[in-house]
Amino acid sequence: TFVFRMFNIVLVDGVRTPFLLSGTSYSDLMPHDLGRGALQGLLNRTGVPKEIVDHIIYGIVIQEVKTSNVAREAALGAGFSDKTPAHTVTMACISSNQAMTSAVGLIAAGQCDVVVAGGVEFMSDVPIRHSRKMRKTMLSLNKAKTLGQRLSLLGSIRMGHLMPELPAVAEFSTAESMGHSADRLAAAFGVTRVEQDEYALRSHRLAKKAQDEGLLSDIISFQVPGKNIISADNGIRPTSMEQMGKLKPAFVKPHGTVTAANSSFLTDGASAVLIMSEEKALALGYKPKAYLRDFVYVSQDPKDQLLLGPTYATPKVLEKSGLTMEDIDVFEFHEAFAGQIVANLKAMDSDWFAQNCMGRKSKVGVPPMEKFNTWGGSLSLGHPFAATGCRLVTTVAHRLQKEGGQYGVVAACAAGGQVFLPKYTYAQLARADTEYSRGATVQVFLVHSFGLFSVHVLCMKMTMCKSVQKHF
Amino acid sequence: MAGVRAVGILSRFATSKYSRLSGHGHRSLSMSSSLLARTYANYEIKDGVAVIRINDPNSKVNTLSKPLQAEMTEILEEIWGNSAVKGAVLISSKPGSFIAGADLNMIQACKSAEEVTTLSQEGQKMFDKIEKSPIPIVAAINGSCLGGGLEFAIACQYRLATKSKKTVLGTPEVMLGLLPGAGGTQRLPKMLGIPAAFDMMLTGRNIRPDKAKKMGLVHQLVDPLGPGLKSPEEATIQYLETVAIEAAKNLANKKLSVKKEKGLVQKLQDMVMGLPFVRKQIYNMVTKKVMGQTKGLYPAPLKIIECVQTGIEKGTTAGSLAESVNFGNLAMTSESLALRGLYHGQVACKKNNFGSPARDVKNLAVLGAGLMGAGIAQVTFDKSVRTILKDTTVEGLTRGQQQVYKGLNDKTKKKAITSFQRDTTMSFLTGQLDYRGFDQADMVIEAVFEDLNVKHKVIKEVEAVIPPHCIFATNTSALPIKEIAAASKRPEKVIGMHYFSPVDKMQLLEIITTDKTSKDTTASAVAVGLKQGKIIIVVGDGPGFYTTRCLAAMLAEAVRVLQEGVGPKKLDALTKGLGFPVGGAALADEVGIDVAAHVAEDLGKALGSRFGGGNVEVLKTMVQKGYKGRKSGKGCYVYEKKSKDKKVNPGVEEILKAYQLKPAPSVSGDEDVQYRLLSRFVNESVLCLQEGILPDPVQGDIGAVFGLGFPPCLGGPFRFVDSFGADKLVQKMHRYEEVYGNQFSPCQLLLDHAKDSNKRFHK
Repeated sequence: TFVFRMFNIVLVDGVRTPFLLSGTSYSDLMPHDLGRGALQGLLNRTGVPKEIVDHIIYGIVIQEVKTSNVAREAALGAGFSDKTPAHTVTMACISSNQAMTSAVGLIAAGQCDVVVAGGVEFMSDVPIRHSRKMRKTMLSLNKAKTLGQRLSLLGSIRMGHLMPELPAVAEFSTAESMGHSADRLAAAFGVTRVEQDEYALRSHRLAKKAQDEGLLSDIISFQVPGKNIISADNGIRPTSMEQMGKLKPAFVKPHGTVTAANSSFLTDGASAVLIMSEEKALALGYKPKAYLRDFVYVSQDPKDQLLLGPTYATPKVLEKSGLTMEDIDVFEFHEAFAGQIVANLKAMDSDWFAQNCMGRKSKVGVPPMEKFNTWGGSLSLGHPFAATGCRLVTTVAHRLQKEGGQYGVVAACAAGGQVFLPKYTYAQLARADTEYSRGATVQVFLVHSFGLFSVHVLCMKMTMCKSVQKHF
Repeated sequence: MAGVRAVGILSRFATSKYSRLSGHGHRSLSMSSSLLARTYANYEIKDGVAVIRINDPNSKVNTLSKPLQAEMTEILEEIWGNSAVKGAVLISSKPGSFIAGADLNMIQACKSAEEVTTLSQEGQKMFDKIEKSPIPIVAAINGSCLGGGLEFAIACQYRLATKSKKTVLGTPEVMLGLLPGAGGTQRLPKMLGIPAAFDMMLTGRNIRPDKAKKMGLVHQLVDPLGPGLKSPEEATIQYLETVAIEAAKNLANKKLSVKKEKGLVQKLQDMVMGLPFVRKQIYNMVTKKVMGQTKGLYPAPLKIIECVQTGIEKGTTAGSLAESVNFGNLAMTSESLALRGLYHGQVACKKNNFGSPARDVKNLAVLGAGLMGAGIAQVTFDKSVRTILKDTTVEGLTRGQQQVYKGLNDKTKKKAITSFQRDTTMSFLTGQLDYRGFDQADMVIEAVFEDLNVKHKVIKEVEAVIPPHCIFATNTSALPIKEIAAASKRPEKVIGMHYFSPVDKMQLLEIITTDKTSKDTTASAVAVGLKQGKIIIVVGDGPGFYTTRCLAAMLAEAVRVLQEGVGPKKLDALTKGLGFPVGGAALADEVGIDVAAHVAEDLGKALGSRFGGGNVEVLKTMVQKGYKGRKSGKGCYVYEKKSKDKKVNPGVEEILKAYQLKPAPSVSGDEDVQYRLLSRFVNESVLCLQEGILPDPVQGDIGAVFGLGFPPCLGGPFRFVDSFGADKLVQKMHRYEEVYGNQFSPCQLLLDHAKDSNKRFHK
């Protein structure tokens, strides 16, 4: 039987490697190398004793076949105890959100007190396979007993066998690529090319500013083995509207609006966070950065609403905790495409959409832009799929601290896969929330959405505790 | 079969019933001012581009009607006279229809070929002007763009189409016994090349957007949108308009050119086509092919070839003249009248005249996973109806499920659906051996062995497990429903649903009601049939209902003809010569000799000597010897894998010799044999109407053509009586009656029509 605990769950700290454009300085590594970097960085920064870590959960989307449980390989390499179990989760672009909420679940269920969650993505190398025909021949070759059998199998190889199989770029269910979907989404909400370019430019400018002002303190330096030390993201490139305007559409031709410049780019990177029950964190003398309060996953039609999850999930998590849009101080939304973000903002501002697609009486309401992704986003910082979730959560905590806010929301959309969270997790977190409402609280919601038959939105509230001193 | 399939495509060709009702008499008022709103088309100028929106206020689809053409001409004149307008966009405000074709009523109303020719020439003139437009006109296509609509679009300088499922392009005129009469036969060959243009115009097939782009029929494709700030349909139209305006602007300022670099293959093809003897070869080849397929019974395809040839060899002026004259002549042919009648008929048979049923059928169970049962399941669960397929043996069930899977997988291979859609669709089907889940069923369709005792056993078993509201439908081809329902505790819930094999290909569903069947049960059965995509006739109960009865009469005659020494091959040639897609002997093999024997015997018993003619023993002996038709590898013919040329089964020749009859020379000429076969079919149809088995001639025609392959060029038995003349038919029948007796006695209704030439089945 589970022992349901009434604990608050806290984010002690979070780190990430610099996010780099794929094919640049990280290009000779393997996914677990980057994961190792992030996990080691977390160990160093928090000084958490290895032996007290109960569990490690790590996310990844494109798996390296040699390290299918990348969590375990990365953890061992990073110097975690070989007695700490580790498992890998995957849920497209919200894989590390899944890692974090799984951690919350383990703590809430009384299974663990200290959990490390994170995610890694390595797009500089992806598994390209032999064709199915060739694989079949090769496997049969293994079993062939005589030379004659082997020769006849080898003789059956034709040109068609040699065509390699690339990882799918399209949604399995709809056979549509995400960029194509984003372009249609932008069109459905009347998002113009200029609006998209302007939003992308804003992301790059804000990221540059945050980088220059040293606000991106979640970054830990990463030494590429045998090579130089990397300390900063390399995808931030504020240009001009004019230059962005020159690009041709990348997916829908010739009249599309989504281009390379207003989409997130292929990125290598890893992230990690340390999550504990509040009791444990305080006992260990930590001053946690935020409470993780609540979360929600939603899902909807993968064809036309693939990237609209944030619109669906944000009001859901707000209503669940009795808050309104005005109560939120910090918004961190994952920027898959500029067109997707602007479409979501328009959807949130539309009564028609609320009434006809969400079954609401009136529109959700738009987050004020001065609170929205003010330190840049996935468009400029980069988007290593399974590492983005932890970046968003850590950034919310840092922004709340820096700007003195109380509540924050995270939202992200994703594709392919789905999860149902057990009810007790909700109940537990909600109760923790009411208990804490008397103190001075800072809360963060994590809202992640998910495109599939169903979309999941993940939403977490975080509460910052000011009363606790951090002692080492 | 080709003929039946060809007519099936008609379903896309929609027309307005009402467009003639609103005249354009008041139009003269609006002539003076461009600001005054028009009824069928309007335009606004956006950024130097005139956006012309078509919207027929009286119909779900737009048709090229006289008032629309008049308004369009006015608008174009205004636009051409306005120097501020640099380009134009032609778009429909209706979500599912660009222009679905010419207004059929407009043609129907014409009294002479000359009148129709004039209509054609008016269309040609308008489109010629559009083709020569000083500013670029962009056709923005969303929904059906067929017939005259397509001819309109191809006269424009540039074409955009949405990739919506509703977007189809095509020239279905040939299906109506007509030809593309507004420049289509002249423009398409130039645009697509001669072979592709022939293929399109001679088959009348629907062309999907992707294919249209590949063929060069459209220049650019636009994706349909999901819901955004508006409904998906509105959003898509607006998006299309935006992209089209951009294209018009780019064409006007020469940023966009319609001329495409020709590929090597294209250049080669053009070169080859430049040689007159190659073209001649093509005309001959196509003509031969058409003659082979139509047996010369359909004039339209030949006229299409003629128009194309004239246009290419003698110039567009001569071609256009040939086009308009032929169009006028074709409109007056009995074939076109028949095909147009079928078109209207099948539109009528795709409606539920019994109101909406009290509850929707969401869970359906099919008993028996044989060819029929699996076929019925196949057309049901893919419409998101939860379907149970039940059989009594694992082998039977496995075979049935494989059939179903193959059907879906073939669609996947043809890329009509994705593998993911195939898999999610499959989740709607459950195969099982027991009655689990039948307590949730809203309808059970049984397709078990055709034996009254088996059917009675099944109905009792099923009624023990189904909920009270559940309908029990029986798929039988000849057993009277009354007799099956005798075993039921609730006969008001029992109905006949006679499907045709192969169920996924044959469009007809014959629904049979008894005097106890409730109206709601009928409404429900029709609703299910419509969901399955069927064309439906609802007939009364009786031995063989309608379709089986007519077919049995004809087959009885066919057996006699065989006994009289006409070989199976000759019999097939004669029936195909009438326009049947499958010959009489081949049809018997397809249906199954055992089934035919069964039906012939039953109907013979029930309906008496009228069903005599051929000796049932011929069929029975064939069954005894194992010649059960195609399914057993031997019937009238021997069926070998991959053998193209069917060989007559020597065993059957022996049997026929044993039962040989002496032909009567006075009624055994080829034509007489044909009319003997046809007149028995037709007489039985008319008798069904007379007896009230058939509610009306329209359903009689539709049932005969779509279920039995009655020659589409004749339009069905009733249309045939009208056009051939009841008196002439009765005369012939009397002649046969003298030799053979009451099998050829014309029924009273037919006699009435023969006496009074004003009496017609179709107005």
